[in-house]
Amino acid sequence: MSENLETLHDASEPADATAAPGAPDPMGAVVAHVRGYLANVRSGEVGALPAVAGIVALCLFFGMAKPVFFSVGNLANLFGQGAAVVCIAMGLVFVLIIGEIDLSAGFASGVCAAIMAVILTDLGLSWPLAIGAALVTGTIIGLTLGALVVKLGIPSFVVTLAAFLAFQGIALIILKEGTNITIHDATVKAIAGGNLERWQGWTLLAITIAGYGAVQVSRWRRRIGRALVHEPLAVVVARIAALAALLSGTVFLLNLERSANPQIISLTGVPVVVVILGVLFTIWSFILHRTRFGRHLYAVGGNREAAVRAGVNVDRVRIAAFVICSGMAAVGGVVAASRAASVDPNTGGSNVLLLSVGAAVIGGASLFGGKGTVRAALLGGAVVAIINNGMGLMGLSAGVRFGVTGAVLLLAAGVDAASRGRGAIFGRH
Amino acid sequence: MLLELTGVSKRFGPVEVLSEVDLSIDAGEVCALVGDNGAGKSTLVKCVAGIHAIDGGSIAVEGEVRDISGPRDAAALGIEIVYQDLALCDNLDIVENLFLGRERRRGIVLDDDSMEQLAAETLDSLAVRTIRNLRQNVASLSGGQRQTVAIAKAVLWNSRLVILDEPTAALGVAQTRQVLELIRRLADQGLAVLYISHNLNDVFAVADRIAALYLGRMAAVLDAADTTQSQVVELITSGRSGSLGLTDTNGART
Repeated sequence: MSENLETLHDASEPADATAAPGAPDPMGAVVAHVRGYLANVRSGEVGALPAVAGIVALCLFFGMAKPVFFSVGNLANLFGQGAAVVCIAMGLVFVLIIGEIDLSAGFASGVCAAIMAVILTDLGLSWPLAIGAALVTGTIIGLTLGALVVKLGIPSFVVTLAAFLAFQGIALIILKEGTNITIHDATVKAIAGGNLERWQGWTLLAITIAGYGAVQVSRWRRRIGRALVHEPLAVVVARIAALAALLSGTVFLLNLERSANPQIISLTGVPVVVVILGVLFTIWSFILHRTRFGRHLYAVGGNREAAVRAGVNVDRVRIAAFVICSGMAAVGGVVAASRAASVDPNTGGSNVLLLSVGAAVIGGASLFGGKGTVRAALLGGAVVAIINNGMGLMGLSAGVRFGVTGAVLLLAAGVDAASRGRGAIFGRH
Repeated sequence: MLLELTGVSKRFGPVEVLSEVDLSIDAGEVCALVGDNGAGKSTLVKCVAGIHAIDGGSIAVEGEVRDISGPRDAAALGIEIVYQDLALCDNLDIVENLFLGRERRRGIVLDDDSMEQLAAETLDSLAVRTIRNLRQNVASLSGGQRQTVAIAKAVLWNSRLVILDEPTAALGVAQTRQVLELIRRLADQGLAVLYISHNLNDVFAVADRIAALYLGRMAAVLDAADTTQSQVVELITSGRSGSLGLTDTNGART
C-alpha cells in the first residue's frame, strides 16, 4: 500500500533548500542552494536579511551625507555606542523567544550598574567583586521576575512594567536621590574604553576564523559521513571566506591610527568591548542552537502545550529565560557605566529599553514568540547604533532621532507581522 | 493482551464519566473507539495516558496491573498518544519536533545529525514518501504531513500502543487515506493501535475491532468484519442494537 502514498509533494516546499547528497554537478548544487534560500525568503523566512539590508542602506546614506561617518574613529565609536544596547537586546531575545517581554531590562541594568558603582567607590572594594555583585543582582532580578510570571501567572507585561517603575526607584535610592557616581577603576573603564594591542587583535581574529572554519567543515564532513542532506562544499567555503573577509577588514581598520593627535595620544586596536560582544555572542548562540535548553526555549515559544506534553520542564525554561535577560541587562549596565565612566539614576533609563527591544525585533526576533537569534540582537543593535550615530553626525535634534528610531522599529515590527502572514499563506494548506 | 482495562471508572465530582469500562487491545490490531460527544472517549484515553487518575478498576499492560500516574509512566510502558491538536511546534523543524523532550546529545551538545538519521529511518520504516526535507519547519507542512509527523513521533520510541485521537478529523480525502494506511502499517508492524474517530467509513476502513462507548459505559466491543455501520450507529446513539449492547434501560444510569 505504500505505493499509494505518492500524493502531495506539496507545491510549497519552501525549505527544500539543500542539495541532494552527492549531487553530481557542483555548480548546479550551488545554484539549487541559492534558489532554495530565495524560496525561503519569499515564503517569509527572511532571517537576517532586513537587518543586513538596513545596515548597508543606512551606511551608504550616512556615508554620503557625512563622509566622516566612514572614518575609522567613528567605526570604533559605533561599537562603544551600541554595546550596552546589544547586550540588553541579547538577553531580551531569550524572553522574546518564549513569547514574553521584559520592560524592566533597561532599569534593571541601571540598578546593577548602580550597585557596581557603589561597591567600587563607596565601599572601595575591587572590580571583580563589584562586577560579580552586579551580575548576581541581575540574576536575582531575573529569578524574581520569572517566578512572578511563571509561578503566579501574572502577565510578563504587567510584572515587568511594575518592575520598570520599581527599579527606577531602587536606582534612585541606591544613588542617594540622584547623585552621580564617577567610576575611577581602570579595569571597569577599560571594558568600554580599552583597546587591544594590534597583534592581540590579529591573534583573536585567527582563532575566531579557525574555530568557525573547523566547526563548519567538521559538521559538513559529519553529515556526509552519515549520508545526510548537506550543503555544497562551495557554500561552506564561501561562508567561511565571507566571515574571514568581514572580520579581517574590521580588524585591519580598527588597527589603524584613529587619534586626532597621534603625537599626544595614540588610539589603535580592536576595542575590548568588541571582544566581549563576540564572546557573549558565541556563548549564547551555542546555548540557543546547540543545547537541549535552547531547543526547549524555542519549543516553549512555539507551542507551550506541545512542550508540556513532550516532557519539557516549561516552568524552569521560562524562568531561566528571564534570568538570562536580567543577567544580560546587568552586563549591559556594566558596559554602559564603563562607557560613561559614571552611573546616575538615568543609567539604563530613557530610551535604552525601547532601543534594545527595537534592536531585537529589527534583527528578526518576533514579538509573537518562537523566533529570534542572538545574531538578531547584534544586527538590530547595529542598525539602532548606526541610526543614532549617523543622525548625531548630521546634527539632527534628539526629537528627530527619536522619531526616526520609532519609525524604524515600527517598520521592523511590520516586517515581522508580514513575514508571519506570508508564512501562513505559503505554509499550511 | 497488550492493554487490558478492567472495570475502569472515572468521576469528576458527582458526574460519573466512565463507569466499569472493560476493553482489551492486542498487539498488531487496530481497535477503534467510537462514541458520541460526551461518551467518554477522551476521558478514557486520558486515563490510559496517565493524565487522569482512575477512580476504580485497573489498567494492565501485558498482564501486569500498572499504576499510570503521569505521561512519563505511560511513555515508559510504551504507550504513546497522538492528540487531536497534534502538539507540534510550528517553529521547529521535523527532526526537532520528533525528538522534542527526548533529544539525543553528545555531552551537552545536541546530536542533531544522529537525530536526523534516526528520523529518516523511522519515516522510511513507515514508508512515508510525502516528506522529503526533514529540516523544514512544521509550519510549512500540509495537514496530512503534520499528522504523519505526529504519528511518527509516537512510534519513534519503541512504543507498543499508539493511541490516535481523531487523526483524520481535519484532513481531505487523499490525506485521510494516507493516514489510514499509516495506521494500518503500524498494526502490521506489531503495534497495538487505539483509534478514536467519529467517521465510521474511516473506522471500517482500518479497524479490526470496534468498541462503542455510550454515556460512559462500554456498549459493545465487536469484530469489524461481523458488524455493519448501522449497528455501530445504533450502539453510538442508543447504547444498543438488537441483541447487542447494553441491556438495561436506555442510557439511564444508577
